[in-house]
Amino acid sequence: MTTMPQQLLRHPVLWLALAGLAFPLVASEFWVGTVAARVLIIGTMALSLTFLTSSAGLVSFAQAGVAGVAGYTLALLSPNITGVGVAVPWPLAVGAALGMGTLAGLLVGWVSVRSSGIYLLMITLAMSVSLFYLVSQNTEVFNGFDGINGLKPPELLGIDLRAPIPFYGMALAAAVLSAAAVLHLDRTPFGLQLHALRNAPRRVAALGFSTTLLRIAAFGIAGLIASVGGVLNTWFSGQMSPGAVDVHAAVNLLVVAVLGGIRHPLGAFLGAAAFVLLENYAASVIDRERFNLVIGAVFIVIVLFAKDGLIGLIQQLRAQIKPAWTGVCAKNGRKTV
Amino acid sequence: MRFYILLSLNALTVASLYFLVASGFSLIFGLLRTVNMAHGAFYLLGAYVGYDIASYTGSWLLGLVGAAVAVALVGLAMHLTLLRTLGGDELRQALVTIGFAIVVGDLLLAHYGGITYQFTPPEILYGTTPMPVIRGYPTIRLVVIGSALLVGLGLWLLIHRTKVGMLIRAGVDDRDILSAMGFNVQRVLLLVFALGAGLAGLAGVIGGSALSISPGEDARFLLSSLVVVIIGGMGSLAGAALGALLIGFAEQFGLAFIPNYATLLTFLLMVAVLAVRPQGLLGRG
Repeated sequence: MTTMPQQLLRHPVLWLALAGLAFPLVASEFWVGTVAARVLIIGTMALSLTFLTSSAGLVSFAQAGVAGVAGYTLALLSPNITGVGVAVPWPLAVGAALGMGTLAGLLVGWVSVRSSGIYLLMITLAMSVSLFYLVSQNTEVFNGFDGINGLKPPELLGIDLRAPIPFYGMALAAAVLSAAAVLHLDRTPFGLQLHALRNAPRRVAALGFSTTLLRIAAFGIAGLIASVGGVLNTWFSGQMSPGAVDVHAAVNLLVVAVLGGIRHPLGAFLGAAAFVLLENYAASVIDRERFNLVIGAVFIVIVLFAKDGLIGLIQQLRAQIKPAWTGVCAKNGRKTV
Repeated sequence: MRFYILLSLNALTVASLYFLVASGFSLIFGLLRTVNMAHGAFYLLGAYVGYDIASYTGSWLLGLVGAAVAVALVGLAMHLTLLRTLGGDELRQALVTIGFAIVVGDLLLAHYGGITYQFTPPEILYGTTPMPVIRGYPTIRLVVIGSALLVGLGLWLLIHRTKVGMLIRAGVDDRDILSAMGFNVQRVLLLVFALGAGLAGLAGVIGGSALSISPGEDARFLLSSLVVVIIGGMGSLAGAALGALLIGFAEQFGLAFIPNYATLLTFLLMVAVLAVRPQGLLGRG
């Protein structure tokens, strides 16, 4: 695997931000408030997974569940029409949601700390679905299968975040900040330790680092990012129900990450864009109900033929168009073992 | 007393069903190192195909056999077209089976719709069997327990008492050496994959008769299989039995006594096993 040089790594976020800012100028309200906002939210949740995989080599099924923990915390602490939980001021509710989501991420990391590869995949899926059964069977706190309804984004400095453009702006800010944080982390000593953990865990241990702590910390950070996505998603859909943490949600997030390229952090957003566009256009090509058929088939093709997803395809394409240019990149690029 | 016996029998029924599904899952993993995420879809496919055959021919038994054969064939097709090309890349194999499960699940939904189907098993399986203390218990559930015992025994005999079983055990230990010794390992792999998939199809008919068939059952049985092998140990027949029993009892007793938090019991069980033995209770380190 080749890592792109730092300069290029930084540019995509800048471009993402600029393109994101320009988008409302050219697109209709539907595209901004419904399609693009959704891409950014799903992308942020998937970013937590691509971060784990690209830096530490961990593939987790639990990120949708972790986002769900944040979503349920927010829902229970916000005014809702279901009449459960306790309403507190919204900054407190958001803070608690992010905190609980991070804790959930740490818990996932702690429980699965001795497992890797496909075992990790299985254990995180099992945990994710335990959460689903908990919230769908529990009528006392989580209102069972109906979930919690009537949630609304708050007002901030007189701006109603419910309106499409402000909501989109908020989602864009969250996505860009999360992506920039992940790319920055990649260059810190901690990021390097995670890379080392992925490539040679025993050597990392022999050098005196605690692989256990490193892994749990990585899961904690991924938990925080997933929680950001989870909070936005709860506001976006206006409700929180077991459907947001079921096995399809877990699978979809993995599909998004793999589609975009799970071994590059920004693959998450590319995958999310492809996923949401497919969802919108599947309706016109094939019956809307059959979206899963399309996404399943596309997913199989990507796994079989494009190991690094769409981002890998783009890199390959660029290498073919400008061989000399990428040659320079390879020289400057950080080598991975 | 009567309550506890009934509860235990229910737990045993659920455990039997979990074992029927998970044994195939575990068998496939043991030899092929493939986590077959489509195993739940195989279960559901078996249930639907069995239902169709049974209602067409009027024979439940024919449905049972037909479902097992059909799902075994689908499993073979999946293995030959999707899994073999990926070689030993376990993670991508798991991913591709997820894709396959999504496609199969959606095709089944398109064809059979979202409604719930109910088998009509033969007359003898209907009704209740008289029993002491609890007076009687649904016969179909006793059939579930009986078939799990039969399948368990059959698999044990196959693995420990036949030449094919010898090859399977040798393959689990060291596939390359077995191949170097001149045995056709690919054939054994295909056989095991077909067997594992067929078991899921068989379980689909049995489970569909004792419970019912509806979309979403695929996810439920994939997950039970995962938890069973995480607790019992991957690739171990006895582990699958032990794991299924533990989960069955934890689930049923949890639902009876702490209905709102029943799942936590299963979750804690899994966490406890992972903390002590990450490879599962009877898994080999």
